[in-house]
Amino acid sequence: MDITKLSHVSDWEWQVEPKGDMRVPAVIYGDAALVGEMDEKVLEQIVNVTCLPGIVGAAHVMPDAHWGYGFPIGGVAAFDPEEGGIVSAGGVGFDISCGVRTLVTGLRRGNIEPLKRELADSLFTNIPAGLGSRGKIALDAREMDAMLIGGARWALAEGYGVADDLERIEEHGKMEGAQPDAVSEHAKTRQRAEMGTLGSGNHYLEVQEVTEILDDSVAAIFGLTRGDVVVSIHCGSRGLGHQIGTEFLREMVIEAPAQGIRLPDLELACAPIASELGQRYLGAMRAGINCALANRQIITHLTRRVFGHYFPEARLDLLFDVSHNTCKEEWHEVEGKRRRLFVHRKGATRAFGLGHPDLPAAFAAIGQPVFIGGSMGTTSSIMVGAASKPERAFASACHGAGRRMSRHQALKHWHGREVIDELAHRGIIIRSPSSRGVAEEAPGAYKDTVAVVEAAHVAGLARKVATLAPVVCVKG
Amino acid sequence: MAKPDAGAVTRGAAVEPRADYFPHGADVGIRGIGPTRESAFEQAAMALSGIVTDIAGIEQKASVTVECQAPTDALLLVDWLNALIYRMAVDRMLFSRFTVRINDHRLQGEAWGEAIDRRRHAPAVEPKGATYTALKVERGAGGEWTAQCVIDV
Repeated sequence: MDITKLSHVSDWEWQVEPKGDMRVPAVIYGDAALVGEMDEKVLEQIVNVTCLPGIVGAAHVMPDAHWGYGFPIGGVAAFDPEEGGIVSAGGVGFDISCGVRTLVTGLRRGNIEPLKRELADSLFTNIPAGLGSRGKIALDAREMDAMLIGGARWALAEGYGVADDLERIEEHGKMEGAQPDAVSEHAKTRQRAEMGTLGSGNHYLEVQEVTEILDDSVAAIFGLTRGDVVVSIHCGSRGLGHQIGTEFLREMVIEAPAQGIRLPDLELACAPIASELGQRYLGAMRAGINCALANRQIITHLTRRVFGHYFPEARLDLLFDVSHNTCKEEWHEVEGKRRRLFVHRKGATRAFGLGHPDLPAAFAAIGQPVFIGGSMGTTSSIMVGAASKPERAFASACHGAGRRMSRHQALKHWHGREVIDELAHRGIIIRSPSSRGVAEEAPGAYKDTVAVVEAAHVAGLARKVATLAPVVCVKG
Repeated sequence: MAKPDAGAVTRGAAVEPRADYFPHGADVGIRGIGPTRESAFEQAAMALSGIVTDIAGIEQKASVTVECQAPTDALLLVDWLNALIYRMAVDRMLFSRFTVRINDHRLQGEAWGEAIDRRRHAPAVEPKGATYTALKVERGAGGEWTAQCVIDV
């Protein structure tokens, strides 16, 4: 991205002033190097977002942003239903409520080191991953609807998890307002064999070591010390979410002219929040969120069983579960006024700061945990909501490293076997059904998480708490 | 990734059908080129299969039929690819040969392939959906048809 086109607000914040059809400014977070490395398409896409009806405040770009669909990945925007605001299926994306949860095992690196190969094999065997894998749980029509309404709460009632998990999940494990009737039979059919599956692409289950503590007091509340072992699970709403996204994108593209909406990019397909289509999408999308929460809950259960086999003393307490492809109804202060807004976070994490009323009691005094996922060989980070006043980007932070190279380019640079061998040399065990998939996801294809995390920290989006290094990574 | 069906593009009816790829920041752009719109759609489907596995390894043991209808060629391409993605997910199949007939924005397609064998096919990614990003169905000055979009994986 050509930073000479941007206004310099600070060394970590850049702005595009409204002009033409832009209704609000665009704000981009990151230092000159990170912003300069972003694709020019990111700028084009966020400017398109600022042109959508009912947008409030500004459209925001996280430091890990890259070229997405309609919205950039790492894009945040909020819309006011009282001002003709829209909800965008493109602004949420195909993988509704894709997210990360982290489990604190109570184990130390030294405990798992002698058994990490067996652990990797067992996780790979027991947690279905990749195209063509099947979950062991088949839901009939009634159970499917119950899952779409109940999310992780449904999963818990079915025996997947422990009661303490629920408070450690956004929305306390159940997204209200889900409408299974708004989800097509196609979407439900696509999900039938996919409950408790990891998916593919950048999704993973990773066993990680806490290698660095950057905020002692917050880390203590999170239950983290250096040398601890945690497990992070990155996946989403599987086929159900993909199908909801596919179908509503199409319907919104076709309906947009009748709704008086001019789409600068078809992928920004949207409908007024206060329309039948907008409400139906919200009902289906919330069902998709519950599917993702249930899916991560089931995978958590499977992970606990595997760990329990090797380490009966391990607990695997849920630290927190965040979603990063969502549209959520939230209250935010904009220009001195509290407003009910529909906040789209596409490849961005909610990052409520301390004292936010929706925080679980355990985090009320410190803020919401935020997880920044790495890529097999690179570090991940745990952060906490920054509580900046006024809040930044509708209380949002980045979600991962972000790609710096396309899959196509990555295949030209690496072979899967070489990546696996090189990581093994560094003590990192990779298990994946596809060598080519590993090459496409090579650590070098991603940006440096350290720079992204530093940018989020300095820009006041979230604060650094701990760094995690991979030990075992199961890729889909 | 290997190009499923390489060949030189020449003018008009001599256009060799082929599948190709173009980069996207996070995902994969696919492109079908052919002498007709139908051929370009078939090649786009070949490119879709090629992002999952080497299509030379997909045997043609069974077929599925797909029908879709859309107001524009571009939307019809997205519908066609999404219908195939749906069949891949629900039938757990991979496909390596396609035929497409288009009549007044109504598409009838057939796809030949086999059940996914995770060991033999080692699927690299799971397509989530065909997107409207870089979406284009058009006839070039040389007479060749191009059908392309980005696939979210």
